[in-house]
Amino acid sequence: MGEFTVHRVRFFDYMPSAIRAVAFNPRTERLAVARADGAVEVFNFNDNYFQEKVIPGQDGRAVEALCWVGRRLFGAGLNGVITEYDLENLRPRYTVEAYGGPIWTISCNSQGTHLAVGCEDGTVKMFEILQERIQFQKNLDRMKGRIISLSWHPSGARIAAGMMDMIRIFDVESGAATHRLLVERGMGVSRSTEVVVWGVVFLSDSTIISGDSAGKVQIWDGSTGTLVKTHLVTKWDVLALSVSQDESSVIAGTSEGTVVQFQFISATVGQQDKDWVRTRTFKNHSHDVRALAHTDTAVVSGGMDTQLVVRPLLDKVEKNTQESALRKIAFPHRSLVCCAKKAGLLLFQFSDHLELWRLGESDGQGTPGDSLPVKRKPEKVMELKRRGEDHICCSALSPCGGWLSYSTVSSVRLYRLQHDNNNISINKMSKLPKELRSVHQLCFSSDSSKLFASSSQSSVVVVALSQLECKYLHTLKHKSGSRQPVHLLSPSEDGKWLATANTDCEIHVYNLHKMKLHCTVPVYGSCPTAIAIHPTTSHLISVHADQQIFEFSLLQKEYTEWSRKLQKQGLHPLWLQRDTPVTHVTFNPANPEHIILHDTFMFCIIDQSLPLPETKTVLYNQLTLRSLPVAERIRQSHAFKICKSFQHLLCVSLMEDRSLVVVERPLLDIMAQLPAPVRQKKFAT
Amino acid sequence: MVEHADIRVVHRGGSIINFRQPVVTNDSRFLLCASGECVKVFSTSTEECIHNLQGHTDLVTGVLLRPSNHLQVYSCSADGTVRLWDFTDGILIKTYVIGYPICSLYASAKHEGVIFIITPKLTDKRSELFQLVAVHLPQSGDQLVETRELSAVLSNVSSKPAATAFGQGGEYLASVKGLQMEVYFFRKEKSYTFSLKEDNKKGGRNTFTCVACHPKDDCIATGHEDGKIRLWRNFNHKKEYTYSTLHWHHSAVSSLCFTPEGTNLLSGGVESVLVQWRYNQESQRDFLPRLGAAITHIAVSPDGALFCTSHSDNKISIIQSCVKVSAVIQGLVKGESVKTDLIVDPRSKALVLNGKPGHLQFYSLHRDKLLYNLDIVQQEYIHELGLDQFEVVKAAFDASGSCLATVEERQQKGAELEINLKLWAFDEQTQSFVLNTTISTPHDARITAMCFRHDADCQTTMLVSTSQDGHFKAWQLAAAAHTEEGPSWSCDFVGAYHSLVPKCCCFSADGSLLAVSFQEVVTVWSPASWELLTTLSQPPGAIRDLCFGRLSCSKYLLGTTDSSLLCCWNLLTCSLEWSTSMDVSLLLSDPLSENMVAFCCESGCTDLFVFKPSEPRPLFSQKAVCSGRVTHAVFAPREEMLESCEESSQWLNRSQLYFLTQHMDLMTFITKVEEDRLMASSKQLVIDDSVAMTPFYLLLGKHRQEQQEDQDAVSSQSSERAPLPHSSVAIKELLQTPAHVLPSTTFLCSMFLQSLLIPVTDNREEKKHAEEEMESEKEEEDSSEEEMESSASRPEQASGSGLAAELAAPTLTKAQSRELRRLKKVDHSWLSELLDS
Repeated sequence: MGEFTVHRVRFFDYMPSAIRAVAFNPRTERLAVARADGAVEVFNFNDNYFQEKVIPGQDGRAVEALCWVGRRLFGAGLNGVITEYDLENLRPRYTVEAYGGPIWTISCNSQGTHLAVGCEDGTVKMFEILQERIQFQKNLDRMKGRIISLSWHPSGARIAAGMMDMIRIFDVESGAATHRLLVERGMGVSRSTEVVVWGVVFLSDSTIISGDSAGKVQIWDGSTGTLVKTHLVTKWDVLALSVSQDESSVIAGTSEGTVVQFQFISATVGQQDKDWVRTRTFKNHSHDVRALAHTDTAVVSGGMDTQLVVRPLLDKVEKNTQESALRKIAFPHRSLVCCAKKAGLLLFQFSDHLELWRLGESDGQGTPGDSLPVKRKPEKVMELKRRGEDHICCSALSPCGGWLSYSTVSSVRLYRLQHDNNNISINKMSKLPKELRSVHQLCFSSDSSKLFASSSQSSVVVVALSQLECKYLHTLKHKSGSRQPVHLLSPSEDGKWLATANTDCEIHVYNLHKMKLHCTVPVYGSCPTAIAIHPTTSHLISVHADQQIFEFSLLQKEYTEWSRKLQKQGLHPLWLQRDTPVTHVTFNPANPEHIILHDTFMFCIIDQSLPLPETKTVLYNQLTLRSLPVAERIRQSHAFKICKSFQHLLCVSLMEDRSLVVVERPLLDIMAQLPAPVRQKKFAT
Repeated sequence: MVEHADIRVVHRGGSIINFRQPVVTNDSRFLLCASGECVKVFSTSTEECIHNLQGHTDLVTGVLLRPSNHLQVYSCSADGTVRLWDFTDGILIKTYVIGYPICSLYASAKHEGVIFIITPKLTDKRSELFQLVAVHLPQSGDQLVETRELSAVLSNVSSKPAATAFGQGGEYLASVKGLQMEVYFFRKEKSYTFSLKEDNKKGGRNTFTCVACHPKDDCIATGHEDGKIRLWRNFNHKKEYTYSTLHWHHSAVSSLCFTPEGTNLLSGGVESVLVQWRYNQESQRDFLPRLGAAITHIAVSPDGALFCTSHSDNKISIIQSCVKVSAVIQGLVKGESVKTDLIVDPRSKALVLNGKPGHLQFYSLHRDKLLYNLDIVQQEYIHELGLDQFEVVKAAFDASGSCLATVEERQQKGAELEINLKLWAFDEQTQSFVLNTTISTPHDARITAMCFRHDADCQTTMLVSTSQDGHFKAWQLAAAAHTEEGPSWSCDFVGAYHSLVPKCCCFSADGSLLAVSFQEVVTVWSPASWELLTTLSQPPGAIRDLCFGRLSCSKYLLGTTDSSLLCCWNLLTCSLEWSTSMDVSLLLSDPLSENMVAFCCESGCTDLFVFKPSEPRPLFSQKAVCSGRVTHAVFAPREEMLESCEESSQWLNRSQLYFLTQHMDLMTFITKVEEDRLMASSKQLVIDDSVAMTPFYLLLGKHRQEQQEDQDAVSSQSSERAPLPHSSVAIKELLQTPAHVLPSTTFLCSMFLQSLLIPVTDNREEKKHAEEEMESEKEEEDSSEEEMESSASRPEQASGSGLAAELAAPTLTKAQSRELRRLKKVDHSWLSELLDS
């Protein structure tokens, strides 16, 4: 498969932040995830759980709750404002002050007409949802103590509010509290502390289910205000509750990292009277489960351990299919690493700063598999703190290492880097063209003379760079009418082409010489996760969220022969079963038939000259091939050469000197940085 | 050599009672459990065995209350029959012949007249495939019924009874095997299969071990190898089934049981803790810990008041409402090996052997009951696999039973062997053994044999122990000089012979000689002077067993060697008297006679020879006593001597020979005479604690007692003269069978009449006597309602009434005269009672 000197980079201390809230939109099959740093991510459950959009966070804007209203996404947090997000421009659209102190929860009624928010001062505030904004309507009766959780009755006439030590039921019309359900405090020491009702669920048959800090899940009769049943689930807190659409199953997330399922089951076959029975327990987290969503087929949970876990309910999905596999989403589905191929520099993007590292050097010779002695250690050249409150949403380093650029929601910054010997000086470029204001993706051309920035409405701004100034050249636009943001930019090596992909699954190719649209690749149903243009043949390789690979000839404007053959024969089932998307595609200049791509758990070299693997052949055969005699090896080898010796990959890139840079971030290192979980008695300890 | 047919090898005493789940009767008064070839009925309050339901000819594999009649019980056996019993009276009602070995038995209220059995698949017997078969029991009055209507319900089920359960009184059944559970709905005739993965990621083994069904809800509880309990619901769907998991046990769950109302779930395992889970509130659970040994079965009485747990140490605990162990029925504890050998305690005549870990058990063979356990090791036993703990390996009593010597050892991996020799003295006040001396490391290596000097008149007690370290040591009880404490044991002499390893030791009956075998050499020592008197040798082959002759044969010393030789030396001439070639696995002498017993192993079977050392011919021999080697046997003295006139069985007169087979079954030899006597006594046994203590009962009881005394007086003189009217079998059966199990009267009538005719034809010449007999028979029938009516008054009455009958016969009909007589008799007895008082 070819031999490389590998830079095994483990100094990227990427630390995802904890998941605070999730909201699932069953109509569009989108899941919105809010993290502790205020970032909001949108996953498309229809498209292999692909992370479509990331709205960067902001200092001091922790999102405590999320809520979908149709296709609109609202969030609220402890800063006391309600935010509606602009999912096309990946930024908050507007904020509304609720004037009730920190907001703990936000909930929309099933009709989609009103938003209710629960505030620290004990008020439930009603907002009317208008076409372009929301408007405060009224307060429900103010109670003593904060409102922690809210749940509308499906009819929209009543609302249940979880508070300190109690649950209140309000009549929405009159705003009066009709019932007051007292929640028992925990036993022992915790008797003196107030119990917090972290989650409440109001079902259509007036049953209320609550989860509280005493570890109980309680089932109440909402019409009479009486307690029906108590399930003691944990010694610690029940932090989140979620109900399935058909109201036959409720899940509860606990501080122990478990998710407990309750099902509405009749005691005997054929009888009508049903009962809430505790059934399964899922343990996929090491820390608090703060956020839960119950989709039709799966339990989605997230929490302090920063991973999003999709646990399919095996009674709802077909067994032994891709759908029935457990998914853990730990890393973002886009690259946070930028690699200057010629200069041997790496740029790491964090939410609040950028780090520039120079790769180490070695002159040792070794056999394959050896680790070489390091002559010069890798060094951190520079750390660049961002300005302002907004978090960094994208960054780029030019291939020559002379330019660096990053963007936040509000501004773009461009720096000129000057290397003399080992020192690097950095100069900020002032007077950027005003078209560079709000961008989602940045990219330099391969000769570092141009900067491409994806802007609003799927357009791309081209800026020419010179030693002294940067000049706006053109805005590339297409006519498909899509307003979705461009999330991938890929210029060709020769500087003639620029390929862009947006979350509407469109791939457009522009001719940079003519500064106009060259062609549009036929739209495939799954979102592209990585695109690249071949340096010599000018074929566009696109890899999609459903793991399909296409090769499109830019000259002929049609799929290549190889791509058709691949589609005809179909990809290997094991390839399709991988659960992380390919985030990067590069080519080997030494061998134009090699395509290098990687996901989190493997990197792969596709050799287009070799036959494609049949369904029955062994896909991961590199280790066995090594032990075979040459003739047999040739007979058994196939186009997909997969290496799994590096795990938890964030970037695999080929440098100018034919060495491979592999950036790893082991999950264990992330786990080690997390705070200690709640203490649990383990048997035999 | 003649085979003696009148001596049989039987199971008697010490049988297994934890083989299958026990059954508690509806009124919670009796507990039934399968035990060997019979079903034992215990009283739950007194722990006594009330009677045995005997009749099966192979292992009983299941006991089950008949759902439609709570006074009857089914039992199934590997002999291919299902028997229906009346357990209160111990009567066999019916025998259904199935024809295939049965592994377990189920029935439910919803399936009237149908029982479910698990049998091996018919196709090939070798394969371990079993099927669940529904058996339609034919309605027939006959005692012995062949069943033909068999229909397979489930194929490929587990043979374990706990792996199948009926739910909701027979709506469905759940059966688990390996990693699969199959639920079969009778109404829909549809089955659903649920399977688990072999291993979960955390290394738990998901294999099913047992199953239980909730009595009311659709909920199935399954126990698993890794200690988890799963509660399955919604299992009438192929896909949308769901289960919740309960986990407390750290090892496999061996038994699960719901209480009759379904409010609680009981589970047990090797932890020997009974766990009670609240149904639907599983986080609340109660524990009953320290039950002594691993729980193998759990049963609940139908009213839910009593729980019964069977334990691996052959014990059944009866627990009242999960808080208190109210009774313990303890069988003979049999571990994997009996290291101490079988010993008889001379004082209590109890059988002594290893019991609970670290204990010696004293088991009364006569009463078939555990007397007590003596804690030897005196350390807490930890229930965990692979833990090396102290074990009692040797024990010996002196002749009077006042001294007990025990050896315990522990071999930890990589560590030295730890040995303790403990000497115990019997304390008259507490009636138990008290530790006198502990000698740690009495020898440097494992102790091979140990014996006391059997000498009544000698003042000092002496113990000799031989060890693999090449020495034998004599220990003596002597008063310590400088302390006021009582006498303690100390080493008196250390002997060795040519640095050979001693194997066994033996004292002569009078205690004047000690024989110690050193490989192929037998050395004879004088314990008084510790002088080596002589050596005897018969190479090749090391000595395996040594035994002095007793009483008239005390001049002989017998030994067996590894090279299949039985030698008899004459100690007076110091020469070999005789020898014979046989592979003796065990040589034993009867302490009460000069008889000796040799168990010989030949081609996988064990033969038995009983002989006197002085006589050339064996007294008794039996081929193929059992399969495998017999290495443990003991002579247990009888409580009263048998008077057997037959020569071949005379050796059993004074003591009884018990031996342990390869499969740890305790067997004994029984003579025909004894067997007959036992049968007779069991027939006469009448349990009568069913009568309430009403004033009427007191009155009646008093009257009866008097009559009993009368009877004793009368019977002593009139036993030959006027034997009890031996009525025909039919009548006897008629009278003893409870009314509710009798066939219809029309059916009985002809049988009854026929039975009336037979004696007349038989005893034609003694017509008068016969008539009398007949009358008394009738009378017996008359008085069937008052069975207590003694027969003492019968002879006189019989003669009187016989006269009356003769007189009245022409004028009165039979029924009238019977009525008359009954009235007369009743009046008479009450009158006499009144007059007396």
